[in-house]
Amino acid sequence: MRGVTSARQQHQLAEAGEPWWRQRESERKRPNTRTSSTIPSPLCASSLKMACQALQSGESLATLKNESDSLKKKLEEERAKLHDVELNQVAEKVELVSALSIRTRRVLKGHGNKVLCMDWCKDKRRLVSSSQDGKVIVWDGYTLNKEHAVTMPCTWVMACAYAPSGCAVACGGLDNKCSVYPLSLDKNENLAAKKKSVAMHTNYLSGCSFTNSDMQLLTSSGDGTCALWDVESGQLLQSFHGHTADVLSLNLAPSETGNTFVSGGCDKKANVWDMRSGQNVQSFETHDSDINCVKYYPTGDAFASASDDGTCRLYDLRADREVAVYQKDSIIFGASSVDFSLSGRLLFAGYNDYTINVWDVLKGNRISVLFGHENRVSCVKVSPDGTSFASASWDTSLRIWA
Amino acid sequence: HFSIPPPPPPPPPLRRPASWENGCAAVFAEALHLGNLLVRYGYIYPLKEPRALQLKPDESPYRFQTPYFWISTRWPATELDYAIYLAKKNIRKQGELMEYEKESYSQLHKRINHTWDFVVMQAREQLRASKQRRKADRMVLECQEQAYWLINRPPVGLSLGFLFSSMFFLFYSTLFGSMELMELIFDPINKDPIMHGCLPSNPWISDDPAHWALNADQVSVPTRLRVERWSFSFMELLNDSMGRKEFMTYLEKEFSAENLCFWQACEDLRHGETSKIVQKVEEVYRQFLAPGAARWVNIDSKTMDKTMEGIKHPHRFVMDAAQMHIYFLMKKDSYPRYLKSELYKSMLAKAIVPQETKKSVFPFMRRQRHSSPSPAKVIATATEQDGQGAGQAGANSSAVSQV
Repeated sequence: MRGVTSARQQHQLAEAGEPWWRQRESERKRPNTRTSSTIPSPLCASSLKMACQALQSGESLATLKNESDSLKKKLEEERAKLHDVELNQVAEKVELVSALSIRTRRVLKGHGNKVLCMDWCKDKRRLVSSSQDGKVIVWDGYTLNKEHAVTMPCTWVMACAYAPSGCAVACGGLDNKCSVYPLSLDKNENLAAKKKSVAMHTNYLSGCSFTNSDMQLLTSSGDGTCALWDVESGQLLQSFHGHTADVLSLNLAPSETGNTFVSGGCDKKANVWDMRSGQNVQSFETHDSDINCVKYYPTGDAFASASDDGTCRLYDLRADREVAVYQKDSIIFGASSVDFSLSGRLLFAGYNDYTINVWDVLKGNRISVLFGHENRVSCVKVSPDGTSFASASWDTSLRIWA
Repeated sequence: HFSIPPPPPPPPPLRRPASWENGCAAVFAEALHLGNLLVRYGYIYPLKEPRALQLKPDESPYRFQTPYFWISTRWPATELDYAIYLAKKNIRKQGELMEYEKESYSQLHKRINHTWDFVVMQAREQLRASKQRRKADRMVLECQEQAYWLINRPPVGLSLGFLFSSMFFLFYSTLFGSMELMELIFDPINKDPIMHGCLPSNPWISDDPAHWALNADQVSVPTRLRVERWSFSFMELLNDSMGRKEFMTYLEKEFSAENLCFWQACEDLRHGETSKIVQKVEEVYRQFLAPGAARWVNIDSKTMDKTMEGIKHPHRFVMDAAQMHIYFLMKKDSYPRYLKSELYKSMLAKAIVPQETKKSVFPFMRRQRHSSPSPAKVIATATEQDGQGAGQAGANSSAVSQV
């Protein structure tokens, strides 16, 4: 057959010191219509065929082994090429982000102790925050008014979330539970009385999030599991096992056609789960220490993580690997929290050295450092319309930046 | 790349129908003819002998032309574009052009002399941008471009009529290079308020909540950016309550509103209370799936059978397959037609672009920051028996997200 090197030709080339596939490779180096090279699957099949033919003609096993080893190496190189280019190479052509003038626009004072968590309301201006002294406060961030306040029966309320409808908040912590409080307009009414206990774990609650509606709640816990609950009945709908240590954070995927979420834990792993089946569909382990926070990229194709090792990392779900590390030698304190700006171009990360760093997601460099907090930054979240982001800190205040 | 294998040899002459040989050859000839047309129209180009625009049934390699250069997607090639291409080639090859190219070049130089500065500038820009590419990519693009112009070069001598749109096309391509990068980086729809500001102003900075008021859930006239976003993806349209409403109106005109209603009912089932699942599944079946149902949706028989099986033991995800089917039906069919419809175009036309608030020179006094009705209040007043909440509910301007 024309077009395929005959066995005799292969043998001749091999004798001349040129493995027959090398000729193919030089052909492949010719420009392609796509910028990424393709997996040389004909390479594999034909080389196997060649190996068999060679065996038949009496070549030694050692030569063949050498051949196969070098082929394996070639495959790895090709696979590495398949990763297209590194993210920052693609980003070479992208314009630099112009200097941002982000400043504190609001300071929310009122908590008596370390603020551990916060969440925005869908109305883009309200937010809920929880602190170590057991207080959960709902604020109008724009006017600085405190609209609701609840005292939890436990200290260290590490997780809080605003319901999508804006009518309830969920919170929990050392009580190992997650409770939902409907927000009442009646100032005289005791919110605590209407409390509904939804989730029950066997260790502290580290994170909670409503799914697309007020009716379902996703929680993560120090007991190493995540769980999906029906709010109305408190029934456990699905549990997610796989982490080998405390789970510290979770985040739901933004896409509505997909039903997945990502979780990060003290086992240095970030796991992606299918909510429907409970299966762990992907796992990433490149951090050197506990992962404190995980957050999806706006399109849902990637997610970022913040860790005690002082780095933040970006993982691509389709490529199934880490694609960027956001770090600097001068950053020696752990990162506690991350969030993406609306477009996903910027990554805001809060650190234990009281600062917030703004990273360029594509180019990998730090754009600016924001000072203002007087103690650790525990939580950073961008508002739903991307006009600002809020930070919660152990210095008992929250700040809104824009 | 690929090459066309020669026609298969005929099978051994043993009891074969007389038409077999003819049949084989006929199919091959047809395929060769089609292939030739593809080459002549520039969808495939030869790597060797690029000027011989024909498909040869031997080992000669060919390559698919990138869609950017298909004549079905490109604006008609203008003299200006061709002039820029020739100028680029001239600079690159330091004067070594083909005879006919040299002729065209000098003719064009005479004809569109008044824009020659622009031509040269564009050529330089494009060359500069292409230098930043990898060599392999650069060579590919040169091949593609050359192939395009071999077929599409305008006959120089006809009257001018360059389209300004082609100039923008070229600017676009010089600034952003390959299509993949454009998708990744150039995303005007999701303009980042923290990076680029927002109109009329960022409420957190200016103490003016106009931006929120203009983009509230139910507003009589939406902003242009918001309406443009609906054309970005089907999900963007559905996620915006106003967009969804508009789309429903359009579907009603097309008598296919039951699709969106079904999809919404499925969403409600998926995210709603566990206690209501059985009841909701029955409702959905009765309204949308039962034979003779009032709002029957068109699902293929395989999916329908699967769904019917699932309904016997109803659970939260029992409608997933059917919902996905209808979702893609709308996405592939109704959604693109909606974007071309008068309804969408008129919405886009009347959409407003807020004026940017000028920051005053002198430090202004801090404006009074007004509170907005809490979303919690709306639901609470709706459940109250007395009617005093009605006024407040109507005045609510803050978003209450739909479930």
